[in-house]
This record gives sequence, structure tokens and C-alpha cells, in this order.
Amino acid sequence: MPVPVSDLMLAAPQWFVLIMTCVTLLVSLWSGKKASPWTYGLSQVTLLGAVVITALMYDQPRTVAFYGNMIFDKISALLTIFVCVITAFVLLYSRDYLKQHKMAYTEYHVLTLFSALGMMVLVSSYSFISLYVGLELFTLPLYALIALRRDAAVFAEASMKYFVMGAMASGMLLYGLSMLYGATGTVDIPSIASAIVGLPQGQHLIIVFGLVFVLAGIAFKLGAVPFHMWVPDVYDGSPNTVTLMIATGPKIAAFGLVVRLLAEALPDVHVAWQHGLILIAVLSIVLGNIVAIVQTNIKRMLAYSSIAHMGYMLLGIIAGTASGYSASMFYTLIYAIMSLAAFGLVSMLSRDGVDIQRIEDLRGLNARNPWLAFMMLLVMFSMAGVPPLAGFMAKIAVLEAVISVGQVWLAVVALLFAIVGAYYYLRVVKVMYFDEPIKKTDIELPSMDMRVAMTINGLSVLILGMFPAVLMGLCRAAF
Amino acid sequence: MISLSTYLSVSAVLFGISLAGIILNRKNLILILMCIELMLLSVNTNFIAFSHYLNNTVGQVFVFFILAVAAAETAIGLAILMVLFRKRNSIKVEELNILKG
Amino acid sequence: MLTNYFPILVFIAIGIAIGGGALLLSRLIAPHRPDTEKLSPYECGFAPFEDTRLPFDIRYYLVALLFILFDLETAFFVPWAVVLRKIGVYGFSTMIIFLLILVVGFIYEWKKGALEWE
Repeated sequence: MPVPVSDLMLAAPQWFVLIMTCVTLLVSLWSGKKASPWTYGLSQVTLLGAVVITALMYDQPRTVAFYGNMIFDKISALLTIFVCVITAFVLLYSRDYLKQHKMAYTEYHVLTLFSALGMMVLVSSYSFISLYVGLELFTLPLYALIALRRDAAVFAEASMKYFVMGAMASGMLLYGLSMLYGATGTVDIPSIASAIVGLPQGQHLIIVFGLVFVLAGIAFKLGAVPFHMWVPDVYDGSPNTVTLMIATGPKIAAFGLVVRLLAEALPDVHVAWQHGLILIAVLSIVLGNIVAIVQTNIKRMLAYSSIAHMGYMLLGIIAGTASGYSASMFYTLIYAIMSLAAFGLVSMLSRDGVDIQRIEDLRGLNARNPWLAFMMLLVMFSMAGVPPLAGFMAKIAVLEAVISVGQVWLAVVALLFAIVGAYYYLRVVKVMYFDEPIKKTDIELPSMDMRVAMTINGLSVLILGMFPAVLMGLCRAAF
Repeated sequence: MISLSTYLSVSAVLFGISLAGIILNRKNLILILMCIELMLLSVNTNFIAFSHYLNNTVGQVFVFFILAVAAAETAIGLAILMVLFRKRNSIKVEELNILKG
Repeated sequence: MLTNYFPILVFIAIGIAIGGGALLLSRLIAPHRPDTEKLSPYECGFAPFEDTRLPFDIRYYLVALLFILFDLETAFFVPWAVVLRKIGVYGFSTMIIFLLILVVGFIYEWKKGALEWE
């Protein structure tokens, strides 16, 4: 076997992150006990370096590498860039929180980087083996991250729940994958797609049997109904910065998982998985939006809202057309940006060792810091789907996709529950703007870079809503 | 000669036992970890049986990866269990009730 | 097909018969006069210090964790060693990279003091 030098070049972003993460770990080990600026600096260099490398490679043609295990295409490049940028923002937002709560600083950064590496492997995987390894590499560090904060039993409990649920999900996914392997005799995604075409009628039963397990595993990872029970518990029970991590990057990676498994490996049994996904999506939209209304805890409310958003994201996949997939991709990326801002604010406003828990804690934020309140307002309106913000454009795109394949009733249901959902987002805005603050003191983000990042993050929701063409064009080009 | 369907039935039964074990178990978290391991091993049985009957080694390669990942998963599970035990002095499932799902 | 399993069934039956039979016979035939000396666990002749059912020290779990992690990675080495001549430089260097990553983990655990018993 020759050494495939060109393959090594294609995996350059992954190599870079792997090597730099090891370097970060070793440097932090020798740089003393305290939270080291080296750890933070090297982590950011790692992520930004990966972004630059991927951006430079962006125009390369679609190539399969490492004996069919890895692919470089526009999907993997775009998702990799977003994963890295969002992880960089996560590290920036969580810097202060880690110090305040005495969480293990080095471990937090290194585990986050490994998780990002797993996501990068997952989105560019082209066989079940690399897909599975990527999936586990991105989820295993997340379990450990939750348990990093040791000052209360609730974190260990949330971590345990996430672990058990996540392990069960990957068990189910694997069982489904083993059935697909048994029916087709291969684990390469394109070979599976072509093997299914020539399969005799009787064998289809095995494929559908495996598909049920695959769908269950996917629904678990996305946090969609009926496998959503872990989402509110884990969001609520995790330290705020870890919730921030869990609510952003993994959604992008899970989208990569869905695209590789359903759109690329199983396009010929589209009808079979379409029915399953319709059920999952409708239940998620209905249950997520309704249960979110009664929540008083802001993290639980955002958790149920994430369940609903994953339902909307699945609408584009259900359509099963190239424009549907690109609409879903656009939705996922926009959702990741919005939830980054929302959870980022929640974790940065947690002060003096007190986490923001209830929606009430945001009372009168406008009087204490108008700019931050405005950012939160943009994000909440965007999540509710108010024009001209990014969330509106994303919802339009996925609804357009389902209507174009004739599933009008699905679009109507989605639209109705989007209006129901608007209520609880507006409640947050009302609490921030019209309720009297508990404390009159001004509140400010601790440092300049955080303020700048938050501003960029909040305004991007507005700008992407008014000029969606660039990102939409990138998503269209990917499929 | 044992037929492929026998292997598949055994692994389906093992999978069912482990799933039931995770969902029904109220006593001990270690049992849940064992059930997770059993689940992955039942998947391995599937892969190896298919690999044998299809004359295709890639299934066995997959099994190696699953084994290695399962080891890492168990290690993380046990580590979380230790943190939980130090905090709560108990590893009973029914006492995991701070968070209401 | 199930007839293949008949010898195993016979084996299990004989095993249970011999094992259970020995216990049953001693229960029926042997004299049974317990006292405290006889019932206490035997510990080299002196009175036992503590309960026989000691819980494991929590430090054993840490060692067990590290053992699991480093132990199962060797599963990759056996198939690798078998085909080493065929896979050439590429296969060899891949394994070296894998080992290097393991070494980074090992350095971390050493430096963190996970290998110290006290």
C-alpha cells in the first residue's frame, strides 16, 4: 500500500486540530497550576488555524480519500468551518465562567477541542467506520465536560443521564448499521447506495428493519421526539458553558450525520425514511413548542425550543431534494448561531457563582444593559421567526422545500406551531423590557473581546436575515 | 453448521435484554454500564456473523473499532459513576431525581 | 439443529447432579453442631480483624479505568502485526501515530499523578 500523500493533505484541518490539541495539553501541563493564558491562546489558534486551512481548501473538487473512508466536499468544508468558528466563540464566552467556578481549565479546553475534532471527522466521513468513530469522538468528551464542575451532585447526575442515553443511542444506531452492512455487504456510503438499487425485493425488509434503528439513533442524537427526554434534563443540569457547547456544535454535526446516512447512503429507500421523519418532525414541533410555554427555567425553555427547531430542520430533509437539504443546512447553521448567542448570554450573565436559571433572572435587563438586552431581543425574535431576521429566512426556506414536494399540510402544521412558539420567546423579551429589575446596578460583560464577540454574534442574526443570499448560496453549492 | 439466522436471533435477544436492562433497571448504575456493554457486544455478534457469511472482512474491522470505542465509553461511564458516588454516596438509579425529565 | 446442543444439556445436568449431590449428601450425613468459633471466618488462626465483605477501595477503580483504556488498544496491535509486511510504510507509520497519541494520554495521566497510589 502506497502512502497517499494527497490524502494526508485533504485531511489537513483534522491533522492540524489533532496535533495542536496534543500540544495544548502538553504545554498546559507544564505551565503551572493556574488557568494558563497559553491554554486559551493555543486553543483559539488551533480552531482559527483549522478555519483558515479549510477555507483555503474550499475550492478543491470533491475527493474521496483514505480508501473510501473520508470525503472532502463542499458539505464537509462548510460544516467544518462553522464547527470551528462556533467552538472558538464557545471558548471565548466560557473563559470567565470557568475561572469563577474553578472548573478544570485545561481539561475543558482540551475536551472541547477533541469534541470539535470528532465533529470534523463525522462531517467528512464517507464510511460507517469513520462515521461511528467521529460520532463517538464528539460525544464522549461532552459527557466528561458536564461532570467537570464538581461543586454539586446535579452535574454528575446530568452527565450520567446524558451518558446512558447517548450510549444507548449509539448502540441502536450501530445495530441499524450492522443490518445495513448485512444486507449490502459493505460499509462504504456510496457502495451502499448503489448496492441497494440492485437488491431483490426480499432484502428490502432487512434494510427497512435496520433503518428503523438508524432513525431512532439519529432522533436521539438530534434530541427529537420521541427520544427527547434527555434534552431538558441535560441542558438544565449542565454548567452553563457546557450547555452552550452541547446546544451549538453537536447540532451541526448531527446534521452531518443525517445527511451522510439518509441522503447519501439511503437515497433509494427515501419513501421508507420519509414516513419516519415526518412523524419525528411533527411530534418534535408540536411537543417542543407547547411544552416550552410552561417552562419557567430559561435553560429548559431553550431546550424545548431546540427540540422544536430540530423538527423544523428535519422538514428540509423530509423533502429529499437538493434544495431541501440545502434549506436544512441553512436552518442548522442559523440555529447554531442563534443558540450560541442565547446560551452565550445566559452563561456570561451568570455572576458571582450564581447561574442564571429562571426567566425571571433576566428582569429589566434593558435598564441594566440596553445593548445586551437588544442582542437578546434580536436572538429571541429570530428564534420566533420574526422578519427580517435570520430565523425567518431559515423557516421560509424549509417550508418552501416541503411545499415544493407537495406536503402542504406539513407546512401548515409547522407554521401554526411557529406562531404558538412565538409566545414564549416574546415572554422573554417582555421580561427584559417591561419588568422592573431586581437589582438596579449596571451589568457589563467582563472584557472587551467578549463584548465584541457578542455584538458580532447578535448582529449576524440581523445581517444574515437581511442578506441571506451569501450563506444560502454556499449551502446551495454544497448539494 | 449453524445458520446465519441463529446468530441474528441470538444477537437480537441479547440486544433486547440489554435494552430492557437499561430501561427497567432501578437498582444499580453498574448494571446499566454492563447493559450498554452487552448492547455493543450484541452488535458485534451481528457484524461478525454477517462478515463470516458474506465472506467479507470489513465487518471484523468494524468490530475492532467498536471494541476500542466501547472501552473508552466504559471508562468514561465509570469515571462519571465515581464522581456521582463521591457526591451522593449512592449509585442507585431511583435516587437520580434532582432533574425531573 | 437443536440436537447439536443435547450433549451440552447432558453435561449441565451431570454437573448440577454432582455438585448439588455432594452438598446434599454432606447436609444429610455429616454431623451438624455449629458454634461461634466454627462460624467465624478463618484468618490464619487469630480472631478476624474486620468484616470479610470489604468494599473495594475507590482507588482500584481509577487503576481499573486506566487499565481498560490502555489494555484494549492492544487489540489493534495483533492484526497489525500479522499483516505488517503487506501494509508497508503506510501501515507502520499509522500505528506509530496511534502510539504517539496514546503516549500523550499516558504523559497526561502520569503528570496528573493518577499513577501514584498515595
